[in-house]
Amino acid sequence: MKKAYDTIIVGGGIVGCSIAFELAKRGVKDILLIERGYLASGATGRCGAGIRQQWGSKLNATLAVESTHIFENLESYTGYNYSCGLNQAGYLLIACTPKEWDQFQINLDVQHELGVESHVVDLEKDVYNYVPFINTDGIYGATFCQKDGHADPFHCTFAYAQGAKRMGVEILTYTTVESLIAEQGKIKGVHTSKGDFEASRVINCANGWAPGLAAQVGDEIPVFPERHQALVTEPVAPMGPNGPMPMVMSFHRRFYVQQSPHGSFIMGIAEDEPISFNYRSSWQFLEECCSIITNTLPALRGLRVVRQWAGLYDMSPDHCPIIDFSKNAEGLLNICGFSGHGFMIAPRVAILVANALCQQEDAIDIHMFSADRYRTGDILIEPSVV
Amino acid sequence: MADQILICRCEDITREKLMEVIAEGYETIDEIKRVTRAGMGPCQGRTCRQLIAQELSKIYGVPMEEVLMPTFRPPVKPISMGALADAYQAHAEGGE
Repeated sequence: MKKAYDTIIVGGGIVGCSIAFELAKRGVKDILLIERGYLASGATGRCGAGIRQQWGSKLNATLAVESTHIFENLESYTGYNYSCGLNQAGYLLIACTPKEWDQFQINLDVQHELGVESHVVDLEKDVYNYVPFINTDGIYGATFCQKDGHADPFHCTFAYAQGAKRMGVEILTYTTVESLIAEQGKIKGVHTSKGDFEASRVINCANGWAPGLAAQVGDEIPVFPERHQALVTEPVAPMGPNGPMPMVMSFHRRFYVQQSPHGSFIMGIAEDEPISFNYRSSWQFLEECCSIITNTLPALRGLRVVRQWAGLYDMSPDHCPIIDFSKNAEGLLNICGFSGHGFMIAPRVAILVANALCQQEDAIDIHMFSADRYRTGDILIEPSVV
Repeated sequence: MADQILICRCEDITREKLMEVIAEGYETIDEIKRVTRAGMGPCQGRTCRQLIAQELSKIYGVPMEEVLMPTFRPPVKPISMGALADAYQAHAEGGE
């Protein structure tokens, strides 16, 4: 294979693959994407697979809404032969304290400004029309958005990757980028487990591992890996009013659970985790997760857990992504810090990045995502994360 | 006929389907699992993992022991959420 490219993308998750696709679509030739395992083997393939537009910050809501529009047609957008598994069964967000309920009112205003069809759900009369068997004890209020839902992270990533390949992007899997090569303030390429590759532009989409690569050229990216665990049950008949049970999510009780179109239930909880690259699963999670979720949804007690796993969130200080043009190695772009919601906003982020690199206009200013914001104080605040 | 042989009984994946995705470039058990769901059902790949490995061994001409195995994930067999939730309560109350 060739040894020199125009652009090298490090990381074959949805972020790397969607950027490869959007760049190729804009006519960029000579792109090599390098992935340590198989495509979507990192955070993308380990995520909760949710698609949510009920965000608290205008920025995340905008990225999510515009990404959802792409997910709605991702198969034709990328020319993919399989289904990407999008199922818009909705998200029911529950508030468990008065303070949280107040925050939801503010969030609704932000969402409505962007045209998100989220609304308050009456807990006495109406909530059972969305989630028939919910235990409402201790719940203060709830909001619902029908257009929220689920997509298959593997198929979405494979869709972008295959689309990119058809436009000439080369993809090298089971290959580790061990270090970046920079000389005299410019990026020159990457050193990998399968030899060196040259490029004058390198896009670092290595999620939790991105800051470590960036640090090699002196870029300080304040993003830290944090383990998050999830589990999946056996498939059962649809348990929602018109199909799979919608996502039920609580920030206060720190859980999410939804039924996939396939019938299985995917769920996770946020635990108190140290900064660590540990992504092994634990039995403590299995028990605590089932306890927390069956308190709100006792009807799930009879479901059997078939598999559990863990992955890494790449946590940034304000829970918003960092898109940072290197000041130490010209031509290097560091993209990470998605903080657990990278999958659902990746389609729009990829467009933003590709537009910036191809000098095309974009309604969103990419520079607001620079890591400089932590120095200048222009941070992007997101109140609604699990 | 041979192509209608079931490889993954939990998810109804046939040998024909397996050959189709291998031809599309999915080269490892991990990738095949994620594109077809083979190995994601109640038995978690106890049967199909070996069968897929045999096919990959033949196609790529590598010995069986060199075929890359996916991660074996807990639990070993399906457990109800109720049993796990009760175990959490028992631990919280100081039991073993």
